[in-house]
Formats: sequence, structure tokens, C-alpha cells
Amino acid sequence: MADKTELEEIKKGRETWEKGPLNKALSRFGERKKKFTSISGTPVNRIYTPEDTATLRYQTDLGFPGNYPYTRGVQPTMYRGRFWTMRQYAGFGSAAETNARYRYLLEKGQTGLSVAFDLPTQAGYDSDHALSMGEVGKVGVAIDSIDDMRVLFDRIPLDKVTTSMTINAPATILLGMYLALAEAQNVSWDKVGGTVQNDVLKEIICRGQYIYPPGPTMRLTVDLIEFCQKHVPRWNTISISGYHIRESGSTAAQEIAFTIADGIAYAKACVDRGMDVDQFAGRLSFFFNAFTNVLEEAAKFRAARRVWAKVMKERFGAKNPRAMMLRYHVQTGGVTLTAQQPLNNIVRVGLQAYAASLGGCQSLHTNSYDEALCLPTEEAVTVALRTQQIVAEESGSTDTIDPLAGSYYVESMTDQIEADVNEYIEKIDARGGTLQAIEEGYIQKEIQNSAYRFQKEIESGERAYVGINKYQMEEPPPENLLRIDMSVGEKETEKLKALRAERNPDAWQAALGHLREVTKSGDNVMPAVIEAVKARATVGEICDVWREIFGEYRPKEFV
Amino acid sequence: MAKKKLKIIVAKPGLDGHDRGAKLLCRIFAEAGMEVVYTGLRQTPEMIVEAALQEDADVVGLSSLSGVHNYFFPRVVSLLKEKDMADVLVVGGGIIPDEDVSSLKAAGVAEIFGPGTRTDEIVQYIEGNVAG
Amino acid sequence: MPSELARQVLDGSPRALARVITWVENDDPRAVECLEILYPHMGRAHILGLTGSPGAGKSSLTDQLTHHFRNAGKTVGIVAVDPSSPFTGGALLGDRIRMSRHAGDPGVFIRSMATRGFLGGLAQTTDNVVKAMDAAGKDVVIVETVGVGQDEIDIMRIADTICLILAPGYGDIIQSMKAGVMEIADIYVINKSDHAGADQLYTEVNSRILQDSQIRKRDREPPPVVKTVATEKRGIDDLMAAIESCRCQLKESGALLEKRRERIRQQTFQMIQFALFQLLEKELAQNGRLDRLVDAIIEKKENPYQAMREIVDEFIKVPAG
Repeated sequence: MADKTELEEIKKGRETWEKGPLNKALSRFGERKKKFTSISGTPVNRIYTPEDTATLRYQTDLGFPGNYPYTRGVQPTMYRGRFWTMRQYAGFGSAAETNARYRYLLEKGQTGLSVAFDLPTQAGYDSDHALSMGEVGKVGVAIDSIDDMRVLFDRIPLDKVTTSMTINAPATILLGMYLALAEAQNVSWDKVGGTVQNDVLKEIICRGQYIYPPGPTMRLTVDLIEFCQKHVPRWNTISISGYHIRESGSTAAQEIAFTIADGIAYAKACVDRGMDVDQFAGRLSFFFNAFTNVLEEAAKFRAARRVWAKVMKERFGAKNPRAMMLRYHVQTGGVTLTAQQPLNNIVRVGLQAYAASLGGCQSLHTNSYDEALCLPTEEAVTVALRTQQIVAEESGSTDTIDPLAGSYYVESMTDQIEADVNEYIEKIDARGGTLQAIEEGYIQKEIQNSAYRFQKEIESGERAYVGINKYQMEEPPPENLLRIDMSVGEKETEKLKALRAERNPDAWQAALGHLREVTKSGDNVMPAVIEAVKARATVGEICDVWREIFGEYRPKEFV
Repeated sequence: MAKKKLKIIVAKPGLDGHDRGAKLLCRIFAEAGMEVVYTGLRQTPEMIVEAALQEDADVVGLSSLSGVHNYFFPRVVSLLKEKDMADVLVVGGGIIPDEDVSSLKAAGVAEIFGPGTRTDEIVQYIEGNVAG
Repeated sequence: MPSELARQVLDGSPRALARVITWVENDDPRAVECLEILYPHMGRAHILGLTGSPGAGKSSLTDQLTHHFRNAGKTVGIVAVDPSSPFTGGALLGDRIRMSRHAGDPGVFIRSMATRGFLGGLAQTTDNVVKAMDAAGKDVVIVETVGVGQDEIDIMRIADTICLILAPGYGDIIQSMKAGVMEIADIYVINKSDHAGADQLYTEVNSRILQDSQIRKRDREPPPVVKTVATEKRGIDDLMAAIESCRCQLKESGALLEKRRERIRQQTFQMIQFALFQLLEKELAQNGRLDRLVDAIIEKKENPYQAMREIVDEFIKVPAG
């Protein structure tokens, strides 16, 4: 952004510096490494100067917060208005235990709920299914029916909190239960707010909680989006997730590229359904990771906003500014946590939360330091929440908007990531789009190659990882790990038995029958799903109706 | 007679979808010259043991990050015994608390590799401990 | 011990079958002992070869066909071949993933194989692995080739019926296919036929078949072209029908017998060749004779043609008459 004469001067200055003091220092002391790269493997230069940002145009490339292309943030006031939503992902054991944890977190100042479901719920199996053995209530709360949902939100008014639910293939069912519950609490649907993850493509790419083949599962996704647009206007209908892509080993640029590629696929599916981009796109939300390299991560978030804004405007012809805004939740990087010297993780999470704040996230989950060992203890969860409160209240990163803008390094990195992302999107387009690229395993392969490269760097010592390949030490086995009561499964099975005996069989059967018809007819399934959950149909039973009609997805594995 | 190739089954028991580690190890094992059969996700102990049997595997590697190892790993070992395949080396990895390791070993799991283990260490262990 | 194991194979023990296959793969001498005992029980299975480029959907089709064969009450053996790395010798065998719904079905036996340096789409020992499955009583044995190269015609040595799986979007298959690969097919399958480009591929394949039949008079009907979408179970009935009709035709026309006779001739000869080779190699390696011979050839003191004649004369006596 410097003018031509100044650039000339800078160039001269740099050359003088390189020949003089730099050269001298290099010949005497050298540098720590031959090649410096970010954690994503992107080369990092010795120094960045105005020469590196010479082509940057403030108004078109950055703009002001709340203005296109939203590089500096999606709201005009950002954290000077209010902090991000502090939303800790939690859930384990039974609905009652999780309910107690929620009320504890709300009491401690958390401002939104985030439901972790156990794997059987996520994979659409009831707690008494053969594949649920050993898994019930393990990594999240077990929800089989609306009865469990009622216990989960006991004494939590649904018009006072917003709730994020990490649920994908069966998202319509869990949202259906939530809406039925709101009705029972006398809260009208236009007053409930929250998010369902509903991002089935990344389940196929990397997270593994898929049920149906891509086509039918996308149809359910779009049904939910369409329904909420009409009836639940404050609901974020999807959380298009790069988080898990990064966790499974991608680079920062790949995280953004593949997430936006998924986003394009969803937006296209909605448009194909006849929906208006200016109406639905404002409720598409995103979910990203934050690793420890603060500056790269901040640049990544800035680049992501710019790419999405352009995609929506140029590719989809959006006119409504809200449709172009990339709003996102961040979770700090689970895979960056070490089982070795676990307290070190508090520092990692601190830096990652700081990166998220510098990047301008809308909500944040900070991981607990003991998560490489077990599910987090209450103490560890409190430290994690306090970590983001410290970042918000004490670090100063929230006092001015997008404080890193104008940094030669961060702006260069932002441009670099944007360019890398666009290159991937072009490659994916050339393959015939996201679905085709996933089906061919292209995206999966790219991620796996990055994961492999990273592992090799760690093992060769090329990249330092404290406690893993550097500064290791003998330590006693960790204590006070959270154990999940193994009997949750049995209790849930008992509950299911009772439910099946108690409920009105005619109403139940009629509701499932109706759902089957609606599904076959191609109409939006949501109303029928809500009726089915009210008739106390279980998650597994509803999913089975669809398994019968859609078949089940079996992945092609790329190793 | 060709040099005996090590055949290893890499399996993800249960519903856990975190397969970054499992897939990475598949590649590392193959690079170490092993023949690696990847079963994919959502495997029951019965499915894993059936695969080991049909493939006549020397090693079964189990990966679990969802906390179900205490249920799944011993079950795989005991099913192998039932099928007269006690000589198959069973190793495990994932998020497994130290306090579970000794009970898993007592149940017949040969070794547990926690997060941060070097992959060459795992390869060496397997090469050094396969029967026959 | 080997004989005991072979008997267990005949009794239907999957564990014994798995172990015999391992011996076969490793060229373990015990394998031959087993195969000898198994021989009378071979030749009953219908051997189906699935070949085609990676990504075309071989595994999905194998899975679907297996499902159909099982519904028809037939037992199925599957041999899925993947390439070994030429650098490390290791291999990633991922074909079981697609077949996981057959887990727990005692009527299905799946074995993954690495090529171990053998080119041509199969491992050197695939043939005997298939035979072991055949002897073990599988009604159908499906062999899935590597599907990387364009000269994967080894499947001809093994299969009674060969399906060539093609799919739109996986390279200019027709153009790049060497004549041989296109010609070995008894059935052409256009998988992913709901994808863009499928109709064009269908047309191309048909015109290619027409060309072939004009160039060369075949002794049989031109091969059928079947459209499928394996992931959505579409077209599988048609494919099954084509396979069945192929099998009947083979049987009734006597072509199957002829095929197998030719195959046995080749295999027998190959086995003799291999045994002789091993014998000679051992003999010549003794006392460093081979090394000395090589040196002499390099130094032009001897010529290799002469050496060959001398050695054959020395070791192989063909009785007069």
C-alpha cells in the first residue's frame, strides 16, 4: 500500500540490509533452520515488508468491518459491541447428568449450550442396538427419544439460551425433538435460536458419522434448511465444518478450501431446490479449527471470510450482505493436545483462543487440557472456559477490530491462503464439483497426504512438538480422569423398553407410516419427523425408515 | 520360498469415526513392507476376528478414540482364542488412559500405543513380537 | 499336517482354507501337498473375473454381486488383488471395506492379496488361491484384479467369465485401452451410469464392439453391455442375468471345457517349466558354476546360445522315439 517511490526506497533499503548487517549476522551465527514453514507447511520468509503487500487495495481487499468482502469482520463493532459466544461442547452419560453439567456451565458464565451426542445417536442407532454396545453415553449424551430430550433441557428455558447440536445425518430428528420441546415449553419457534451441524459431506470426507449415501443425505440436509427458513428463522441450519477436516490432518488452506467446497455444494443444492440465496444463505454458518500458530490461524480466518463473500456474490449472485457473510464457530485444535505433560495444553489452548479472537470468530469452544487422556473433568472444563474469558477480558485483542490488519506478514499470509483455497476450488470444479471430488476420494487423499507429511516432520524432528519430540520428561500417570459409568447403556436399554411398552402403538405406527410416505413422495420431511418424535418414535426407528428407503452409505477408503 | 510377509489387520472397532491415526499407520506399515488389510469403520469384534481369520493375519491392530477399548479390545482377544488363533499378536492404540493399560494387557492385548508414540517404534515392536 | 489341513479345507473350515492360501502365497512346499489333495475337488466353481480401472467400482460391484449370489443360495469366495509397492514390498489392501455387510456370513470368504511384484493385474499365486477356494466348495469365486495397468490380461488364465468394468470420468478408457484388454471381456459393464458421460461411454463401447466383430469373426455372440449404478443397486439384476447367460452359453457350447482344457495345458506346462527352472537354478548355482559361466559370457569366451544348448543337453535327456 506504499506508493511507487517509497517502494523503491524500501527495496533499496532491503538490499542494503541484506548485503550488510543480515549477511554478516548470517555468516557469523546462521539461522536455527534451513527452511522455515508454518505448521501447514507454507514457507515463511525471513521478513515481510511493504513490498509484500504492494498489491493490496484497502477498500476492495479489506474494507471496513461489516462491509464486503468482510476480511476485517462481519459486524461493524465486533467485540467492542459484545464478545463472541462462549460455547463449550459438552455431553456425556445420561440426559440427566448432562443437564446438570449444562446448568453448571450456565451458572459459570457460559452463554450458549453445545450438545455432544454419543456415537449411537450420531450414527442413528438406539441405545439397545448391537452396534451401540459399549458406546452409549461415552463421548456424548445418549438421546433415544423426546423423553431424553426433555430431561436434557430440564429447567433450561429454550427462549433464553441458544443451543448448538453436533448432529449430522439424523439432524432433522434431533431438531424435530428440540422444536417439539419448545412447543411444550410454550416457546414459539420464531424465538428459538441455535445451530445444528447438519454437515453430512464432511462426515463422508473425514468424520465417519454418516448413515445414507450422499444424494439422499443431502436431501435431508436441504429439507431442514428449507423448513427452518420458513418456520424457525433464528436457527442456523447448518454448520459447515472444517474443524474435523483439520483434525484429520489437513493444512490451514485445505481446511478452508474443502469447507468452502462443501458450502458451495450445499448452497447449490438449496438453489436447485428453488430457494432464494439471499434468504437461505444468511443462515449457513461455519465451524473452524484453531491451531497454535496464532498468525497463520488469524490469517486463515480473514482469508476464509473474503473467499466466501466472493463465492456468494460472484458464483451465486447474492445481493443480501448477510448472505455473503461467513459467520463461524471455532473450536481449539483437539489434535494439538498432548497426553504428555497435559498441563502444557492450557497454554496451547490459550494461544489458539487468542488466534480465534484475532480472527474474529462468532463463538468459541476452548478444549480442556486433559482431552488427550479422557473426556474432560469439571475442573479442566472450568480452566478451559476461564481461558477464553481471559482472552476476552484481559488480552486486549477485543478492544480494537481486526488488530492484525496491515501487518505485512499477516496480509501476505491472508493472500497466500486465499490463493491456495481458490486453486483447490478450481481443481474441485474441474473434477465436476464437490460430490464428485469426494466420491473419487480426491479430497480425502489430499488430507491424508498432509497428515502423513506432518507425522514425518514430527518424527524426524524437523518440526518441534513440546513434550513429544522435544523437552520430554518422565512423568507419573495422570490422575483424576473422568470415567463414564458403564451402566449407562443398561439404564438406557431399560428406559427404551419402558418407552416401547408405554407409548400409544397406533399413533406411533401411523406417524412412522406417514413419514415413510412423505419421504418417498419427495416432500419436506420435517413436519412428519416432528409428528413422529411426538409420537415417541426413537432416533433409531426413524433412521431405519430412511435406511430402508435410501440404503446405507459404505465408504470407499483411501489409504 | 518367498520371504514371509507380515500381514496385519488394522481395524476401528465401534462407532468411532476418528481414523486419521489408523489410516496413517496403514501407510506406515505398508512402507515397512507389511501387507495391510484395512477393515474400515464400525467393526464389531466378530467382524474383526473374521477378517483376521480369512486373511490369516499375523497381527491385529485396534484403534479407538471413543473410550470403548475396555469393552472391545479384550473381546477381540477372547474371540481369537475361541477360534484357535491365540498366536495372533493384538496391539491397540488411541486415547487409552494409563490405568486401563494393565488390565488390557492382562486380557491379552500385547501392547498399547498412546498418543504421541513414534510410528517406527510401533513397527519395531510388531516386527519383534510376531510369533513364528 | 498338510494333508490334515487339506482335509479340513474340504470339510469347510475357513481357518484351514486361510492357512492353505497363505502357504500358496508364500510358495511354501506344503502348499503343493495340499493342492494335490484338493485337486479332485477343483473345477466346480464358476470363476468370475472383474477387471477395470481403479475407481470404476469393482469393489462395489463385487459386493452387489455377492449379495445376489447369496440370495440365490450360492456360496461365494472373493479374491481381491491390490498392488504391492515395488519399493517396500508392502501393500495396502482395502477391498474388505466395501464388503463389510457380508461379515458374519459363513457363505462368503474374502481374501485380500498383494501382487508381490507380479505384473498383469494378479499375483503369481492368485490362480492357486482361486483353486483352493474352488476346492473348498465355493459355488462362485470372484476375482477382482488390481486395475491399474492396461495390460491386465492375466485374468484370462483364471476366469471363466470376465466382466470389464468401465465408468465415465475415469480417463479416456476406450482410447487408452490396449486392444487386448478390451477383447478379453465377456461382459462390459458401464458402472456409474447415472453420471454425466455415461451414455457417451455406452455408445463408444458398443461401436467398439461392432468394429471388433467386423474385423474379426468371433465364434460367439458379441458381448453384452450392461449399465449399472452399483452404489444404488441399479442394474445388478441385468448384470446377474448376463453372467448367468454367459455361464450357460459356455457350458452348453462346450466352450467352457475347451477353455479349461487349454488352461490346464498351459498351467501344466508352466508348472513343469517352473519346476525344471528351479532344479536347474539350484544345480547351476552349486559350486558357483553359473557365476563362472556368466563371467565367461561377458568376456566373450563363451556365447550364451552355445551355453544354453550345452546345459539343456547335459540335464535333459529326451528319450529317443
